[in-house]
Amino acid sequence: MDVNDRIVADLVKNKVELVTTVPCKQLAGVIDKIEDSKDIYHIPSNKEDEGMGICAGAIMGGKRSAIIMQNTAIGVTINTLATLIQYYRMPLPMLISYRGELGEPVACQVEMAVHTKALLAQMNIPTYHFHKESDIEEFDKILQYTFMCNKPVAILTDATFWKGY
Amino acid sequence: MIRSDVIKSLLPVIRDEFVVCNIGLPSQELHMMDDQPTNFYMLGTMGLSSSIGLGLALAQKQKIISIDGDGSVLTNFGTLPTIANNVADNFILLIIDNGSYGSTGDQPTYAGKKTSLTAVAKACGCENVVECQAEEAVDVMTAALASNKMTIIVCKCESGNIPVPVITKDPVTIRDRFMDALAAANG
Repeated sequence: MDVNDRIVADLVKNKVELVTTVPCKQLAGVIDKIEDSKDIYHIPSNKEDEGMGICAGAIMGGKRSAIIMQNTAIGVTINTLATLIQYYRMPLPMLISYRGELGEPVACQVEMAVHTKALLAQMNIPTYHFHKESDIEEFDKILQYTFMCNKPVAILTDATFWKGY
Repeated sequence: MIRSDVIKSLLPVIRDEFVVCNIGLPSQELHMMDDQPTNFYMLGTMGLSSSIGLGLALAQKQKIISIDGDGSVLTNFGTLPTIANNVADNFILLIIDNGSYGSTGDQPTYAGKKTSLTAVAKACGCENVVECQAEEAVDVMTAALASNKMTIIVCKCESGNIPVPVITKDPVTIRDRFMDALAAANG
């Protein structure tokens, strides 16, 4: 199964019914599949903290949600993660394109890449790093884990995982 | 009328509805005047009342009222296009527009100067945008609830605050009782 189809299938399997996205070139394929899914309500956000607010509302409304975004968004969402998602103990899978890793053509992307894992660690956010395509095998279990522990959980997906840019 | 007067006047109309209330003084005022399990108080995260309310409205059937402020909408301006393009007819966004950042000392906002949030909401594509004066808030909210149409209310009022205690309830308690009440209402 294509990795994008696999991501959507695992989200559906774990009863994720609302997904918000802020685009990244690496995520274009999976965002298209989310948009096409009849089982998932896709709501594009203008900024990632706004998206997390929508996810928080959906969670309280009884629907599991997820956010798909770029790692630069960690810089945007620290306050929302701390004072909304973590403070009210809400589960939130975050599928994140890990720009600025091996193969990156845009130098500025490295500037947030070097902070990404440190920021997530500082926030005590469980973090998984998908580097090889076979790493997708863990996605289903990571989603189960997220909804078990009621925490935001980060899945960083780098250029090697996506087979380049 | 100041914001706390607007909220007080609305209590009989919103008491039986599910309300997401903005960070700071608005939540503290609502909590002091009429604490209910159906109120979700934001203890942090300025700007996201409308986003949380939209997510709630899209996820289930009960009517959701987000009480927001002009300063908070300015902080999360991207919310208005998202609301306009994801219509939830069980969603009412009440922007209490006192032209100031009330919770931080009444510093003026641009909404109190040249920027019209009503015009912005319309330009973003919101279809039912009603601007009213504070004295009209009850009638406008009553009509919005009866319309079963997604409505954005921009309620103009004067700047000013009353002394209120902070909310000491645990956030998980606030979330849990709100979710229980919502689940019960949805059967």
